Order: sequence, then structure tokens, then C-alpha cells
Amino acid sequence: MYTHWVSSWKVYVLKSVVMFSLLLSHGLFAVAGMPDQSRQKELRHLLKHDCGSCHGMSLKGGLGPALTIEALAGKAKSYLLRTILDGRPGTPMPPWKGILSEAEATWLVGVLIEGKGSDER
Amino acid sequence: MLAFVVAVMAPLLLSACVVTPDVNDLGIVIERAKGSVLVVDIKQHKELARVGGLGDLSHASVVYSPDQRYAYVFGRDGGLTKIDMLRQGVVSRVLQAGNSIGGAISKDGRWVAASNYKPGGVRIFESETLKLVADIPATMANGSLSRVVGLVDAPGSRFIFTLFDGDEIWVADIRNPDKPRIRKFHNVGRQPYDALITPDGRYYIAGLFGEDGLALLDLDNLDNGVQRILAGYGKGERKLPVYKMPHLEGWAEAGNYLFVPAVGAHTVLVVDRSNWQEVARIPVHGQPVFVMASPDGRQVWVNFAYPRNDTVQVIDAETRKVVRELVPGKAVLHMAFQSQEKKIWISVRDEDRVDIYDTVSFQRLASIPADKPSGIFFTSRATKIGL
Repeated sequence: MYTHWVSSWKVYVLKSVVMFSLLLSHGLFAVAGMPDQSRQKELRHLLKHDCGSCHGMSLKGGLGPALTIEALAGKAKSYLLRTILDGRPGTPMPPWKGILSEAEATWLVGVLIEGKGSDER
Repeated sequence: MLAFVVAVMAPLLLSACVVTPDVNDLGIVIERAKGSVLVVDIKQHKELARVGGLGDLSHASVVYSPDQRYAYVFGRDGGLTKIDMLRQGVVSRVLQAGNSIGGAISKDGRWVAASNYKPGGVRIFESETLKLVADIPATMANGSLSRVVGLVDAPGSRFIFTLFDGDEIWVADIRNPDKPRIRKFHNVGRQPYDALITPDGRYYIAGLFGEDGLALLDLDNLDNGVQRILAGYGKGERKLPVYKMPHLEGWAEAGNYLFVPAVGAHTVLVVDRSNWQEVARIPVHGQPVFVMASPDGRQVWVNFAYPRNDTVQVIDAETRKVVRELVPGKAVLHMAFQSQEKKIWISVRDEDRVDIYDTVSFQRLASIPADKPSGIFFTSRATKIGL
């Protein structure tokens, strides 16, 4: 009885995980605060053109450092997230909280570390 | 035979119909995302040609030969491209550095200099051939290279520039361009981010990002060293985040007053040139980026940093009040006055348009489609020192 319960519970979890990832991968599941498709487009535009005014449109750097996949290799996601939200005091990097939500900044970090920051216009 | 006649004659006939434009009436609009520029006819408010293949122009600037025939475009990726304004094509192009911010041309038009982030320094080229004649690494006291900003040409065959990381201003005498003589000024203030030269060529002024104030150098009296002006202008006030670095190329000198952007405040500061004291601060819509005086010195036009960059404000230079606000559209990046006429060109990046406004009626007169336009540079810059 006990084992039966455990295994059916495991199956249930497994099924949920599969369902959840399917939903995620098809973009059907909105995680709390996660930018939707149209906001993602705006964020990509922001990254290319407005972040790009210091980091370069192709993110190869300018007054700000390069944000290419190579340049970000080995940097912790949490460090990148805090840099975006809080800025870097003593440098021209401003804090973006107030403009970007934590979920949006997290999404941008994901785009950057996958090296997809300069893909789209 | 007929085909031959058409094929050969048609271009000839076409070109015969094209009136060669007057170089005085020409300008360039940077298309930052495409790596191209539009050559425009200023008087006719129209595009003449698109010249492409200029690399990464996400930050770009242009200087002109003294005869206004050639434009030198400095791109973000270190590209330096010489464009023939009459034939509207590339004459020559070099990739002179890894990452570049701007450039200048000597008064006699013989030398073009580029200021670079990577490798940090200034490189001087023969304008005719774009052949490298001098490399000036911006080596700081600790041995590393500084990013260089605020490069201008100055009277007396000099290029002047500023070390963002080194807090230094360097004056390079280029009478022997292959062996420039450098005079360095240290501790000019923290993180100088851009600079300008007054229209008479007398003073070089660098704006500071890392502290409130400006660094002033009297070019006729270098021995006096660098003087700090407007020190602590934001004292006691909380700094606002700056989402785009202001530019000083267009600092306004209306009459005897300089109108300058404050850094980290939604304010334009007014400085009396006779004693370098602040005489007014004008509250504006956002963080000012370009603060530009009209050719007659009566108006000062201001655009703003993200996220308040859809708006332009006009300040009356005499009363020092905002007298007009326009909303051209998302991401106004640059402005340029049409010298002889009361018109201003405004690039609106996210609307893919350059708008032309009447500066008296504030009516929009025309628009030119452009792909993500940024800088607007008219050939009249050729006759102005520091531009």
C-alpha cells in the first residue's frame, strides 16, 4: 500500500514535470512576471539599442564592457542580475530597477548568457 | 544595336540630367543599425543616396574636409571611412582600431585623428590616403591604456583629448605629425566623459561623470593648468540614474553663456563665460543629452536620455526658460541646425524618421525615412572649429 502510494506519487510528479516543461518550451505557460512575447520583443530592442549605446549594438563593448557570450563566460547569473538591477556604483552603469522588473532582468540575463543578445533588431 | 544604345546611353543621359549638388547643401544621416549613411540634400529635404558597408555605426561621428567634399565617418568598430559627398560613394576605408568613439580633422584638412577605446589612445592618419602617421597610446601612470574621449582639433596645429580612465587631458602638437609632442594634465577630475572647445578655439572644457563639475583648460595659457568650474553643482541632491551618457559636441554657447547638461539631474546649467560661474539652472524634462544653441544663439534645443527620450525642449536663451516642448516620437537621438535657415533636423530612431522642423513656428515641415537614424552631420561643420 505504502509503496504503491509512493510510486503513484512519483509518477504524478514526473507527469507534472513533463507537462510543465512542455508548457514552458511552447511558451504557453506564463511564469509569474515572466515577460510575454511582446514584452520580450521590447526588451530585445532595449538591449540592442539602449544598452547598446554603451555596450555596443553587437554587444562587443564601448564605454561599457562587452556582453558577448565569451565575455560573460564564468560570470554568475546572480551577479549579472544584480548588476542590471542595482547598477555598478563608481561606473556609468545605472540601476535598471524601476524600469525593469526582476523577472525581466532575469530573462535578459538568460538571453545574454545564451549569446542571443544581438540576434534581433 | 538599339539595346546597345539604350544600355550605353541611358546612364549617360541620366547622369547628364543630374545636377551636381552644391557641397554646402549636403549632409549625412547615420543609420546606426544598418551600418549605412544617407547623403542628404539639406535644402531640398531629401535623400540623395545611401552609402553602405560602414560596419558597426551604433556610435558614429563625422568630420568634413575644409572644402566640404569629403566626409570621414568614425564607427564604433574602429572603422574609418572616407566618403565622397559629390559622388556619394566610399573613397577609402580602414579598420583602425577595435573600438572607437570619435574623431577630428586638423584645420588644414591634412590630418584626421581617431579616438579609441580599444586599444585606448589616438591614431592620426593622412586624410588623403588614410595612411597611419602616428599612434599615441593613452598610457596611464599604472601602465595600462585609458579609453579616450573628447577629441577635438584646436588652433596651433593641435589635437586635444581626454582620458576617461586616467582623469587626464592631453594636448598633442602635430606640427610634426609623425612625432607629436604631448603635454599632459593630470587629475583633471573623475571620469571625464566628453569635451568641447569654445567656438573661438580658446578654451577646452571636459565634462565630468564621476563628480560634479567641469575641467577647463585655457589653450592660450597652458601653464595655468586645468581649472575646475561648477564644482559640486549637484551638492546635497540625490543623483538620478543616467541611462545615456550626455554628449558635449553640441554644447551651446549662446552669446556669452554656455548651456550645459547637468549629470544625474534633470537640469541644464548656464555658465557665464566671463567668470565661469553658474548663473542659472533650468529644470528640464529629463537627463539632457545634447544641449545645442541655434546659429543665432537665441534658442537652445535639448534632447533627453532613455526613458524620456521621445521629447525635445526649446529654451529661450535670454529668459532661460523652456518655451516649447515637442514630442517627435520614440528615441530622439540627435539634432542639427540648418545654418542659414531657421530649421532643425531631428532624428527619431524608433520611428525610422528624420523630422525637419521650423524653429519659429515649431511646425514639422518634412520627414525623411531613415533606418534607425542617429547622428546628423551637415557639411557646414567643416568651417567650425572643434567639429
